[in-house]
Amino acid sequence: MTEVIATNETILVVGGGISGMTAALEAAETGKQVVLVEKRPYVGGRVTQLYKYFPKLCFPTCGLEINQRRAKMNPNLNIISMAEVTDIKGEAGNYTATVKISPRYVNENCTACGDCGKAVEAEFDDEYNYGMGKRKGAYLPHRMAHPQRYILDPAIIGTDDAQKAKDACKVNAIDLDMQEEVIEFKAGAVVWATGWRPYDANKIQPYGYDRIANVITSVEFERMADPNGPTGGKLTRPSDGKEVQSVAFIQCAGSRDKNHLLHCSRICCMASLKQATYPADDVPITIYYIDIRAIDRFEEFYQKVKAKENVKFIKSKVASIVENKENGNPTLHGVDTEGYNRYADEHDLVVLAVGMEPSVDKASFPVEITINEEGFIEPAPENGGVFAAGCSSDALDVNRAVQHATGAALRAIQVVNRVAATEG
Amino acid sequence: MSDINTAMIEKYRSSFLKEVEANVEEGEWVKMCMQCGVCSGSCPLGKHWEHPPQEIFMMIRAGKREDVLSSDSMWMCTSCYNCIARCPRGLPITHIMHGLAVYSKRLGLTPKKQPTADFSQIFWDNLMKKGRVNELKLGLSMYFKDGFGQGIKNAMANQKLGQNMMKAKRMNAMEIFGGHSVKDLSGFQKIIKKAQEIEEGNVKDFK
Repeated sequence: MTEVIATNETILVVGGGISGMTAALEAAETGKQVVLVEKRPYVGGRVTQLYKYFPKLCFPTCGLEINQRRAKMNPNLNIISMAEVTDIKGEAGNYTATVKISPRYVNENCTACGDCGKAVEAEFDDEYNYGMGKRKGAYLPHRMAHPQRYILDPAIIGTDDAQKAKDACKVNAIDLDMQEEVIEFKAGAVVWATGWRPYDANKIQPYGYDRIANVITSVEFERMADPNGPTGGKLTRPSDGKEVQSVAFIQCAGSRDKNHLLHCSRICCMASLKQATYPADDVPITIYYIDIRAIDRFEEFYQKVKAKENVKFIKSKVASIVENKENGNPTLHGVDTEGYNRYADEHDLVVLAVGMEPSVDKASFPVEITINEEGFIEPAPENGGVFAAGCSSDALDVNRAVQHATGAALRAIQVVNRVAATEG
Repeated sequence: MSDINTAMIEKYRSSFLKEVEANVEEGEWVKMCMQCGVCSGSCPLGKHWEHPPQEIFMMIRAGKREDVLSSDSMWMCTSCYNCIARCPRGLPITHIMHGLAVYSKRLGLTPKKQPTADFSQIFWDNLMKKGRVNELKLGLSMYFKDGFGQGIKNAMANQKLGQNMMKAKRMNAMEIFGGHSVKDLSGFQKIIKKAQEIEEGNVKDFK
């Protein structure tokens, strides 16, 4: 049974991505008791799936390592992974949270030696790589996963594979009898940091993501570029595995569109500019855009990419993509805005710069909260002691999400300090 | 909005944009276009247009009155509604195109021999006579619109179609003698006349 010691002076952080981790660590490091509830089996969220950050093109693993180390060293922070908040009742200074914890089937004894992974046979689509590539039924989600502990896929429970995994384990870490748990605990304030998800590219019908193999999303391209990713860092075409000879990026794939997401997702311009630096310098790259929104100091990065000889910009929202059946090349159709020229351009690979949408649907918030038209949380007084952090409040890049999360931590600290003052 | 913002908006509203907003159906949407070009790229007849919709909107904002109103572009629209379905800003592009066509017709700026414009006129004249479309006469008017010789050629080419329509009772050869009308023809014509008067009264003078 998972034990959580919590009071009205505890801060509950929902979501352990970069924003949730930041808020939790900032609050814990001021001496507050923090419980961090994370749905995935590890913390770090979508940042762990990034290959490089813009604009410095440095590696997110670096900051992630620092944060994970801070988390390990801080006795005030209690991380519950594979857990979801299903209900929050009460008011600022006096909440009761209900949390559902899914069984991991692996306990704290695990040394991440990997013997169970070798023993099992069943393979599954690897969600960490957005379904590109496979993972075993007993697996570590990614190399730096924290907690550094294996997981058994619930689908192998009750099969021979589960027993094989158990038999292979030398440290008695596998517990096939683990059950789902529902726990309740108190909290004075809540930081809501459930983040974002990539907009479902299948909904953008004219771009054929669902029917053209060589049309992929920006998050998939990011995994491909990672040397630890499904292609070992090679940028290849899904249709035939050949290394790409030309790449096209389509901006605003789902963003700024009344048929899809109303808002500008803010990160996609910079993400595509960043990704344009991934292929070799002799690979022609074309970026189709409405307008490039490299906000404030990112303008310099935009100019740098613009100066690259292999990168071309076409001011046009692509109207449709048709597959060339002979070579699998996607052909982009549209009319550009600088000259109104009609084009039909063939590329090896097309990357849709998909937008950001809130990962929690409007209807499924387990707590009363003010949501705007786009599904993001508004900073309203009616939210009481619940404060949004990071991408649950708006489409933000990592830098801005972290700043926002620090602000949210301060708000939460103010609430529990008031509780302490009245109870103390 | 602050005064300075309002002033800047006014500065960039050309007099032709104001004219379109006032006199063209759905014209107030033109300023919402963000020039992404998805309408032009999605138009199945797009490559036959002199100016695709996105360019028309830009030309309106740039004040190119004669070029826009005498263009044959808006007459090329077949009302497939692809542009409306895909426009990220929700502009009723099809309706604006028809609005522009109507307005250019009203001002007598429609290009000569524009087939869609010619057909529309023939259709309208046919309809006004009896309050119903006389299909036989409409077909014949279309065949002979480019002269007698061409008319005979057209009629011969479509002979089979005509015969089949008569066999299937979709067309009646007797309709050539006048044809039947709506019950209250003069009432119908009065309604149309009144509607035209109201429409005329709403048109604001810009020239």
